[in-house]
Amino acid sequence: MTRKQRRAVLIGTCLGVLALAVALVLVALHDSIVFFYTPSDVAEKHLNSSQRFRLGGLVEDGSLKRGEGTTVSFVVTDKRATLPVTYTGVLPDLFREGQGVVAEGSLETDGVFHADSVLAKHDENYMPPEVAKKLKELGVWRGEAQAGAPQGTGKVN
Amino acid sequence: MIAETGHYALILALGVAIVQTVLPLWGTRRHDPQLMVIAVPAAQMQLLLIAISFSALMTAYVTSDFSVENVWRNSAVAKPLIYKIAGVWGNHEGSMVLWVLILALFGAAVATFGSNLPKELQANVLAVQGSIAAAFLLFIVTTSNPFVRLDPAPFDGQGLNPVLQDPALAFHPPFLYTGYVGFSMAFSFAIAALIDGRIDAAWARWVRPWTLAAWMCLTLGIAMGSWWAYYELGWGGFWFWDPVENASFMPWLAGTALLHSALVMEKRDALKVWTVLLAIITFSLSLMGTFLVRSGVLTSVHAFAVDPARGIFILAIMGVFIGGALTLFALRAPRLAQGGLFAPISREGSLVLNNLLLTTAWAAVFVGTLYPLALESITGEKISVGPPFFNFTFGPLIVPLLIAVPFGPMLAWKRGDIVAAAQRLMAAGILALIATVAVLASQQRGPWLAPFGIGLGIWLIGGALSEVAFRVKLFDGSWPEAARRLAYLPRAAYGSMLAHAGLGIVVIGIVATTAWRSESILALKPKETADIAGYQLTFEGVVPREGPNYRERVGLFKVTRDGQQVTELEPSKREFTVERSATTDAGIHASWRGDLYAVLGDQLKDGAYSVRLYFNPLVRLIWLGAVVIFIAGGLSLSDRRLRVGAPKRARAPNQNLTAAK
Repeated sequence: MTRKQRRAVLIGTCLGVLALAVALVLVALHDSIVFFYTPSDVAEKHLNSSQRFRLGGLVEDGSLKRGEGTTVSFVVTDKRATLPVTYTGVLPDLFREGQGVVAEGSLETDGVFHADSVLAKHDENYMPPEVAKKLKELGVWRGEAQAGAPQGTGKVN
Repeated sequence: MIAETGHYALILALGVAIVQTVLPLWGTRRHDPQLMVIAVPAAQMQLLLIAISFSALMTAYVTSDFSVENVWRNSAVAKPLIYKIAGVWGNHEGSMVLWVLILALFGAAVATFGSNLPKELQANVLAVQGSIAAAFLLFIVTTSNPFVRLDPAPFDGQGLNPVLQDPALAFHPPFLYTGYVGFSMAFSFAIAALIDGRIDAAWARWVRPWTLAAWMCLTLGIAMGSWWAYYELGWGGFWFWDPVENASFMPWLAGTALLHSALVMEKRDALKVWTVLLAIITFSLSLMGTFLVRSGVLTSVHAFAVDPARGIFILAIMGVFIGGALTLFALRAPRLAQGGLFAPISREGSLVLNNLLLTTAWAAVFVGTLYPLALESITGEKISVGPPFFNFTFGPLIVPLLIAVPFGPMLAWKRGDIVAAAQRLMAAGILALIATVAVLASQQRGPWLAPFGIGLGIWLIGGALSEVAFRVKLFDGSWPEAARRLAYLPRAAYGSMLAHAGLGIVVIGIVATTAWRSESILALKPKETADIAGYQLTFEGVVPREGPNYRERVGLFKVTRDGQQVTELEPSKREFTVERSATTDAGIHASWRGDLYAVLGDQLKDGAYSVRLYFNPLVRLIWLGAVVIFIAGGLSLSDRRLRVGAPKRARAPNQNLTAAK
């Protein structure tokens, strides 16, 4: 093999692998990203039932109900709109009424958000930044002190 | 007084770091040896000063001196001693001090044991190290001073985040940081080479041990983090593709590539420019990891810094070092002579393939980790990129690499014979095939790809064993002859074989536990029994208990298998009084088959408790494999050939060490 051919093989392989990687990334970005919505977004957007998304907001006070077995239902609010959520499983340690929560799942035709995972974040004052930000945008934010907890437990889900 | 001493030492260290940067650089420009040698005592002095500062902080923690705000925020009297010590780096300020301490350790090591380095190279390396230290010390002193006093001093502290109060996590940051910061050595050597405009095989020989040491510590650090997430978060998984995990995984991937490309450079004087670039990238990713987890950009257990000024400061440090390094690279790289021709099918060729796949793999992880951040800052749209993305992109890129791993060491340098290599790997291939078929036949459920995953793991282990057999000419000569060869095999060879085998062990663990885990979530009343993976768990009820700094409710489970009592599991929910926070403590029964894993949930309406049960087959192999890789790195590091710094000097750095004693 000449020097030129060697170089061609090297560059060809590199381009091949790069093309594969780019294709994989684009397909995956198209199919497997999950958007984050608040109940108001959901009310506006008329999402179809197969679409997975993350729902963020506060757990409405007094809304937590235990159903059959380990099924629980609660209502997520962003102080403007609300959305009922049902979830089967063990709630995280830091799940409390009146506090921030992020649930992942999809909105079914019964108008209920069926979550398959629920993430609650640390500390009574703490709120997931996604939630805090949305609440700020909506003008129902109650000051910086609310997010002042220095340490949030990220993967407590 | 102790806290003030620590603070003062830190400021002095900043001054010394600036001296260590400026004077040696000036010296190498003017070819003034007297200015150049200042780097050596400066680096040693810096270690001394930062060590004083670190000890001061440690003392404040151990003695629970709550007049120091940092201690008050992150410690409490009732906390066990080990977590008082771990509390030093369990917060933003302290962890940054640990960061610079490790940096200073590496710098002082080059200063002390690097006497056989070319003088200009040593001066430049130490100057670059000094500049990194200066940037981070400035960051600590101006935005993250751990020695701020409180007046009046409170009686008790606020305690450490309970999920961090764990033995694996106590040692996770030091190992991780040794990895991150260790890559700064490769970076400094790369920059020094670019400043000098000269680079040769001896350079790679110098860089490799440092990279190896950093890389093995990073491996163990990541494994510890994953191990902790596995049992402390009560989610039963070992890897979540969380941005914080990715932040440590990207430097690992790049560092792995660097280890292999430095090998090509050392042995064959080829891939020079690429190796230099990779060294820059690896440390840049370490800096980015520090930025991502420390800036509060990502919400996680690591996001200590909510102060935006800190995030911007680290971003500025990143910008200066990464931007500066890449600019210097663009200017100087064309000057570095290329050398060492090789055919595509050769040891070099296989290492290029390794680099190519590892680099694209980290790039995919990079895109997935940063895309949500970029999208949010541009369009304001919030998205999350989860495991499906990473499994889909990372998997197809890393599997070909894993298949190719055993071929690499079987190919000769310069021009290899792929047919001969395949013949030598025949036994391993057959073994992998048998394993695949056996698993296919015995496992009815699970994805159809999984048995091939197990086969791949066996292939890696078999490939490593075949390499031993080939190297000692096991089947060509007599047994005693082979045994003699085995004894004389260099340790670095053992190291690489063991590391590849360890990788195989990790692969088997990951595939088995991902494909065949059983999970069940149920509501159990006392005296009820649940079945999972052949085990019967009888729920005996919940009892309260007191720990040193927490109260817990413990669920008691009697575990039987085929009527035989196996063990008792005690998953619990802990309430930490001082921190006013709760954690879940999983009950785990480990065996060779896998882990039986129980998590206690909330109390339900009718006296039942929600309980989550998992059976994770062979999950321990993941961490066992990581430990094997760590040991392999150590073995390789202890090789005499690696210890020899520059080629013409007979004295190895380690002998200097003994002489210094």
